[in-house]
Amino acid sequence: MERARFQYLARRAEPPKPLLSNVVRAFVAGGLISAVGQVVLGFFVGRGMSPEKAVSPTAVVMVFLGSLFTALGLYDRLAKWAGMGAALPITGFANSMVAPAMEFRTEGLVAGVGARIFQVAGPVLLYGLGSSFVVGMLVWIGLLLRYR
Amino acid sequence: MSRRAGGQTLALRPAAVVRGWSSVAGPMEGAGPLGERFDEVTPDDRLGERSVERAERRYMRRAVDLLLEKTGVEAGDVDVFLAGDLLDQLVTSSFTARELGLPYVGMYGACATSALLLGTGAALVSAGLVRRVIVATASHHLAAERQYRFPVELGVQRAPTAQWTATGGAAFLLEADGDGPRLTHFTLGRVQDMGLKDPGNMGGAMAPAAAHTLTAHFADSGRAPGDYDLILTGDLARVGHPLARKVLEEDGIELGERFEDAGILLYREDQDVHAGGSGTACSALVTAATLLPDLGAGRLRRALMVATGSLHSPTTYQQGESIPVIAHAVALEAAGHGK
Repeated sequence: MERARFQYLARRAEPPKPLLSNVVRAFVAGGLISAVGQVVLGFFVGRGMSPEKAVSPTAVVMVFLGSLFTALGLYDRLAKWAGMGAALPITGFANSMVAPAMEFRTEGLVAGVGARIFQVAGPVLLYGLGSSFVVGMLVWIGLLLRYR
Repeated sequence: MSRRAGGQTLALRPAAVVRGWSSVAGPMEGAGPLGERFDEVTPDDRLGERSVERAERRYMRRAVDLLLEKTGVEAGDVDVFLAGDLLDQLVTSSFTARELGLPYVGMYGACATSALLLGTGAALVSAGLVRRVIVATASHHLAAERQYRFPVELGVQRAPTAQWTATGGAAFLLEADGDGPRLTHFTLGRVQDMGLKDPGNMGGAMAPAAAHTLTAHFADSGRAPGDYDLILTGDLARVGHPLARKVLEEDGIELGERFEDAGILLYREDQDVHAGGSGTACSALVTAATLLPDLGAGRLRRALMVATGSLHSPTTYQQGESIPVIAHAVALEAAGHGK
C-alpha cells in the first residue's frame, strides 16, 4: 500500500478527541480550583493582610494542596477528568514537581529526586522566566525612550 | 529438516512441540475478560518490591517457576533460556537469567518479542541443536510508563489512541517431541515504516507491519486465511486492528471473523485502557491463557499468532524520527492435526 494512502487511512482511523467536553470540564474544574484559591485569599485578607501581601501565602497553601493531593494519588485522577483545568492553576505546577519526585525516589535522593524533580516543570520555568525577562527588558527600554 | 519457505518463513520440520505454558497476570488484567484463564493473578502490582522494575522481574520469574512446576521439568534440564522485555538493556530478562543460571540469550522485539522468542526457540529445537528451550517475557505498566512516558502521578490526559502496557509474565517450554500443540512455521518480519510519528498511536503505526507479515506468511506457506481458526495479532488494539484489516482488504486478503487482537481481548472496554492493551506481556498472556489451551483442548485446530512491535525509543521520538515497526508470526496447530 502507498504510504500516502496509508497515512490517510490511519488519520481517519483515529477516534476524535472529545474537544467540547474537554473544554467544558477544564472551565468548570479550573474555575473551582480558582474559587478555592479565592476563599484562601479571603481568609488571609480577613485576618488583616492586604490583598497584595495575601497573594504569597495563598500560593503557598495552594501548592501545598496540589502536593498533598498528588501524594494521595488523587491529583492525577482529577487531571484525567479536568485536563487543562487542573494543569494550569498553581496546584498543577505543584503536581508537575511532586509527581516526578515520587516516581524517581527509587533512584535515590540525588540522582532520582534531585535530578528529575524539574523534568516536567523545568521547561515551564526556563521559558516562563526567560520570556518574562525579555518582556521586562522591552518595557524598560520603552520607558527609557518615553521619559528621555 | 527445517527449511526456508519463500522470503521470510521458516517451515519447521519436524515441528517444535509447545510442551507447556504459564501465565501470571496483574490485577487489572485479572479483572479483564480473560481473568479466569490465567494460571495466577496477583492481588496487587507492586508485589511488595521496592521498585516497579523488581516487580516486573518477579512476574517473569514466577512465570518460569510455574512453567517448571506445571511440566515437572527441572531447571537443570533446560538447554537454553530465551527472554525479552521492554526495559532498557533488557534488565528484566538478564536479571532473571542471572537467577536461573541457564545459558541465555536476551532478545528485543518490542511488543513483537513473544512471537520472536517462540519462533527462535522452536527453530533451535526443530533443527536438533537443543532439546529443550524455555522462552519468557514480562512487562509492567508502571515500569513502562516511567521509561517511555510520564511519572504515574502526573496529571495528564491520554489520547483515545493511547494503549495500556499490560502487567504480567508468561513462559513457554519448547521441546523436540512429546505432547502438546505444534509450532510449524515462523515468519520473520521485515521492518516497516509508513511515516507515522505519534507514539501515542502505536496500534496505528504497527498495523502495516502486521499486514506485511501476514501477506508474506500466506505467500510463503501457501496457506490462506481460511486455513486458520484464529489469526491473533499482538497489540494493535481498537485503532490499529481495524486499520490492519482495511490494509489487507485493499490488498485483496479477507480475514473475516477469525481475525482478533490480544490488545482488544485482554481488557474490557470499561477498564479505561483507551484503545486497548500493549506490551510484551499482552500477546504472551493471551497466547498462554487462551490460544495454547484452546489448541491443547481441541477447541482450535490451527492458529496464527502475529505479535507486533514498535521499534522506536523516547530519544528517537524526541528527535522527530518516524516509528519503525515489525511483526513476527508463529503458526501453531493442535497435536493430532494434519497427520
